[in-house]
Amino acid sequence: MVSYILRRIVATLPVMAIVALFVFSLLYIAPGDPAVVIAGDQASPADVERIRQSLGLDRPFLVQFGSWLWHILHGDLGTSIFTSLPVSTLIAQRIEPTLSLMATALVLTILIAVPLGVVAAWKAGSWIDRSIMAFAVFGFSLPVFVIGYILAYVFALKLEWLPVQGYTPMAEGFWPWLQNLILPAVALGCVYIALIARITRASMLEVLQQDYIRTARAKGLGMPSILFVHALKNAAVPIVTVIGIGIALLIGGAVVTESVFAIPGLGRLTIDAILRRDYPVIQGIVLLFSFLYVLVNLMVDVIYTLVDPRIRY
Amino acid sequence: MTVSSISTIALPPGLVIAPQLPDLLQPVKIRRGALGFLRSHPTVAVGGALLLCLVLIAIFAPYLGTVDPTALAPARRTRAPSADFWFGSDMLGRDIYSRVLYGARVSLTVGLSVAVLASLAGLAIGLVAGFVRWTDGILMRFIDGLMSIPPILLAVALMALTRGSVGNVILAITVAEIPRVTRLVRSVVLSLREQPYVDAAVASGTRTPMIIMRHILPNTLAPMLVQATYICASAMIVESILSFIGAGTPPTIPSWGNIMAEGRALWQVKPFIVFFPAAFLSVTVLAVNLLGDGLRDALDPRMAKSL
Repeated sequence: MVSYILRRIVATLPVMAIVALFVFSLLYIAPGDPAVVIAGDQASPADVERIRQSLGLDRPFLVQFGSWLWHILHGDLGTSIFTSLPVSTLIAQRIEPTLSLMATALVLTILIAVPLGVVAAWKAGSWIDRSIMAFAVFGFSLPVFVIGYILAYVFALKLEWLPVQGYTPMAEGFWPWLQNLILPAVALGCVYIALIARITRASMLEVLQQDYIRTARAKGLGMPSILFVHALKNAAVPIVTVIGIGIALLIGGAVVTESVFAIPGLGRLTIDAILRRDYPVIQGIVLLFSFLYVLVNLMVDVIYTLVDPRIRY
Repeated sequence: MTVSSISTIALPPGLVIAPQLPDLLQPVKIRRGALGFLRSHPTVAVGGALLLCLVLIAIFAPYLGTVDPTALAPARRTRAPSADFWFGSDMLGRDIYSRVLYGARVSLTVGLSVAVLASLAGLAIGLVAGFVRWTDGILMRFIDGLMSIPPILLAVALMALTRGSVGNVILAITVAEIPRVTRLVRSVVLSLREQPYVDAAVASGTRTPMIIMRHILPNTLAPMLVQATYICASAMIVESILSFIGAGTPPTIPSWGNIMAEGRALWQVKPFIVFFPAAFLSVTVLAVNLLGDGLRDALDPRMAKSL
C-alpha cells in the first residue's frame, strides 16, 4: 500500500509540471514588456536592454522556465507589477476569507447533500426522490451569483437575519465569523450540493440492490442503520471522489461569491489583478489553486486507500 | 389465426387445445416519430420548447418592442419597471428590457459555439489518443494538466491575455472545456476497440479511417450530444461569470453578465437591474440542462435509472 501511495504521489508530478509550464507560458506570452514597465518612461533603449539582461529576460524560454520554477519551489511567486509587493505576501493577506468560505461551503455541502442523496435513493421513484432530484437540476442551473443575490435579498435585506456583506476575521470570535459566511457558503455550495446529492443517490441505488443489504434487513436491522452504516459505507468511494473533483466548482465559484458579498479574499485579488493586468498575481493565484486542487484529490485517493480495505494495489 | 378459430377445426380424439391464457405482460406502447419521442420524454419537450422560445427571442430581438440597447438617456436613470421601461432602466438610462433581449444573443452564441468547438476539438484529440497508442501518454498528461486548473480560473487567465471580445470569450471557455470531451471520447474509443465487431473489421482488413467512420464515430455520437448540452449550459454560466467580474465581453456589448455587473453597485436599492438578466440566464441554463437530462435518459436507458 505504501508503494501505491508513493506511486500515486509521483504520478501527480508530471501533472503539476504541465500546470507550471502552462502558467509560466501565460506570463511569457502576456502582452507588455516587464523591462519597459520597470524602466519607466524616461529610460533609453540601452537602459531597457540592461534591465532586461539583469532580469534574465533575454535567455531562452526553457532556461527562464527552469529559473522561474526554481524560485516557485522556494516559495517565491514573483512581484506584483501594480503594488510592487511579493505575490506570496498579497496571497497570504487574502487567503483567510477564501479558505474560510470554501471550508464552510464544503462542510455545509456534505452535511446537506449526503443525507439528501441517501433519502432519495431509499425512496427512489417517490415524490420525495423526485423533488430532491428536481432541486438538484435547479441547483445546477442557477448560477452562483444569482443564488447569492436571492439569498442576500431575502435573508439579509428583507428579513435582516444575517449581515448583507463583508467579512469578520476568525480572530474576532466564532459567531461573528460564521454569521458573515452562512449566506455566501450556501450560495457557493448550491451547485456542489446538487452534484453530491446526485452522485450519492446513484451510488446508493447500486449498493441497495446488493445481497448483504437484504441480509441486513432480514436480520431485522432498522432502516437508518442499514442506510447510513451498511450502505453508505459501501457507496462511499464514488461519493468521496466526486467531492474531491467538485472542489474545482468551489474554487471557481469563490471568485464570484466574494464579489457578490464583498468579501476581501483571493477572489477580490483576482478581479483586481485582471482589471490591472497584473500578470504575476494572476499567475500566482492560478498556480496556488491548481496546486490545492491536485493536492486535495491526491489526499482523497490516499485516504480511501487507507480506509477502504477492498482497495488493494 | 386466433385460438377460437383453431377450436372450430375438428380435432382428433384425445387432443385438447390449451385454454387461452390471460395477458400477463401489458403490451408496450411504442411511440414513433418526433411527436411520440417528445411525449415519452417530457423533459426534452419542456427544455427544447423553452430553448426554442429563447432562440426566437434572440433572433427577433429588434422586433419585440425593443429600442437601441445602447441608447443613453441620462435624464431617465434607474427608473423602476413601468409601461415605458418594461424592465426598468439602468444608471445610464438604457432600457433594461432591450438590453436583456439583446443579451440573449451573446449567451446563446457563446453557449452553442463553445459546445460545437469543444466537441469537435475533444473528438479529434480523443480519437488520436484512443487510436494512436504512443500519443496517448503525452496527450493525456496534457489533458490532466489542463483539467487540474479549475475551468473558471483557466478561462480568466486566458482572458487576461487578450482584450475582451465575444470571440475571445468563446475561445477561452472552449480551451477550458476541451479536456472533458477528450476524456469522454477516449474512454468510448478504448472500450469500443475491445468489441468483437471492431476486431472483425480489423481482421477483414478494414483501414483505420474506415473503422473510425463506420464503427467508432456513430457510437460516440450519443454520449457526445449529451455532453455537448452540458457544456453549452456551463459555457453560458462561465460567460456570465467572466462578464460579471469584468473579464468577459466588453461593456459596450449588452450581455447578461455585463448588465448584472453594472447593476451590482446598486443592487440593494434597485434590485430589478440585476433581477431580470439573472432570471433570463437561469431559465436559459435550466432549459439546456433539462434538454441534456432528457437526452441522456433517452439515449442511454442504463444511466436513466441511476442518475
